[in-house]
Amino acid sequence: MPALIEIERLTRRFGAFTAVDDVSFNVAKGEVLGFLGPNGAGKSTTMKMLAGFVTPTFGTARIAGFDIATHPVEAKRAMGFLPEGAPTYPEMTVTDFLAFCGRIRGFSGRLLDEKLAIAMGQTQLEGVRLQPIETLSKGFKRRVGLAQALLHDPPVLVLDEPTDGLDPNQKHEVRDLIQRMAPDKAIIISTHILEEVAAVCTRAIIIARGKILADSPPAALIRPGQTLDQVFRELTLAPREAA
Amino acid sequence: MSPTLIVARRELAGYFATPVAYVFIVIFLVLSGALTFTLGGFFARGQADLSPFFNFIPWLFLFLVPALTMRLWAEERRLGTIELLLTLPITQWQAVVGKFLAAWAFCAVALALTFPLWVTINLLGNPDNGVVLAGYAGCLMIAGSYLAIGAALSAATKNQVIAFVLAVAVCFVFAAAGSPIVTDFLSQRVPLMAEIARGLSLTERFNGFARGIIALRDIVYFASFILFFLFLNAVVLDHRKAD
Repeated sequence: MPALIEIERLTRRFGAFTAVDDVSFNVAKGEVLGFLGPNGAGKSTTMKMLAGFVTPTFGTARIAGFDIATHPVEAKRAMGFLPEGAPTYPEMTVTDFLAFCGRIRGFSGRLLDEKLAIAMGQTQLEGVRLQPIETLSKGFKRRVGLAQALLHDPPVLVLDEPTDGLDPNQKHEVRDLIQRMAPDKAIIISTHILEEVAAVCTRAIIIARGKILADSPPAALIRPGQTLDQVFRELTLAPREAA
Repeated sequence: MSPTLIVARRELAGYFATPVAYVFIVIFLVLSGALTFTLGGFFARGQADLSPFFNFIPWLFLFLVPALTMRLWAEERRLGTIELLLTLPITQWQAVVGKFLAAWAFCAVALALTFPLWVTINLLGNPDNGVVLAGYAGCLMIAGSYLAIGAALSAATKNQVIAFVLAVAVCFVFAAAGSPIVTDFLSQRVPLMAEIARGLSLTERFNGFARGIIALRDIVYFASFILFFLFLNAVVLDHRKAD
């Protein structure tokens, strides 16, 4: 069986600046890939290309076998995407917003209600379901974005900083949720919280200046006597010092 | 329900969830009523018809419709929801048409709320209601044309003020192209251009509707005009969505 996410030589240039430079990797079912890197390393751009928002300058990707360039709608159907900053329509209530996403994904009637109930249960949103999203705290907003990505139980999840802005308890719950879903999905999460990678990811990719610097299980990145933090600093800072 | 209609429904609900809808409708009703009764000489004409009202519509919509469209894509950009909308499993064309349909339906609601004028002329005399209906159809065509222009320009710029000013300018060009000032000027110098200007003019076509004449070629003209700008909108959106 081919991997659920296949990325082939993905490249994106903005003018003279190369945000993502010839990135290739696969993510199989059951894997949780931690996507690490300093700010501006190309994490979000790579995820936006996977989600079909940014058009690659070169290269392509397949989501559950569907090419993002030639079959964008099918690829998007197989994916749940949490964009950077978890954008939502502020004037809508949580239920209305999730129902909108659900309808677009083809659910209606009782099935839609069931999907909404499950997604809100997974992200602990039941208490605020009738509140306009703009009145919610940052943590709730993030979880609304997460609920939207999980709603249709997709085989592929691409989550850009899913725990940003959550308090320690909420972070713990989201990590639990990701681990519970992991066995039958391919998941990519971006983060710059390194302990998170050690906690939930089966594999870590470190990216800086658009290039992959390391790709291995988090434990294997750490050499004796070092923390993941030190490894990260060494990998992402090294070329700059050499230059 | 098709994805286009789901998007349109959400958009339309969005208008009424914010003060935008109410401000627009109240200002439109006050201005259209005031202009009809003062400058239009509604009573002095001694005729029970709506031509004083219809005459002002292209000029009133010239300012009001761009105010509606300037936020269409710019707001999605500002909130980041454009990333969410365009990574849902819909085509960009469906998103463009959905947004346009919602704005168009909203203009139809605003126009429908001018029904007291129609009641008035029916109480005062025996107007030809077919002509009135054709006039309203013409108003919708004008609204649709301006909306399509404004939506395309909103996709082209992040700045709402620029989107507004450009939309007013472009709408004005198409509205004024058939006016005597422009065509007389052109026919004295470049007669061919005068013909082209008259052919492109939106108001020229609209006047036919306002006189009660619904010609197939005018409908074809408005339809192709709207489709052209929606197509432009989709192209611009695809090009600039991630900027």
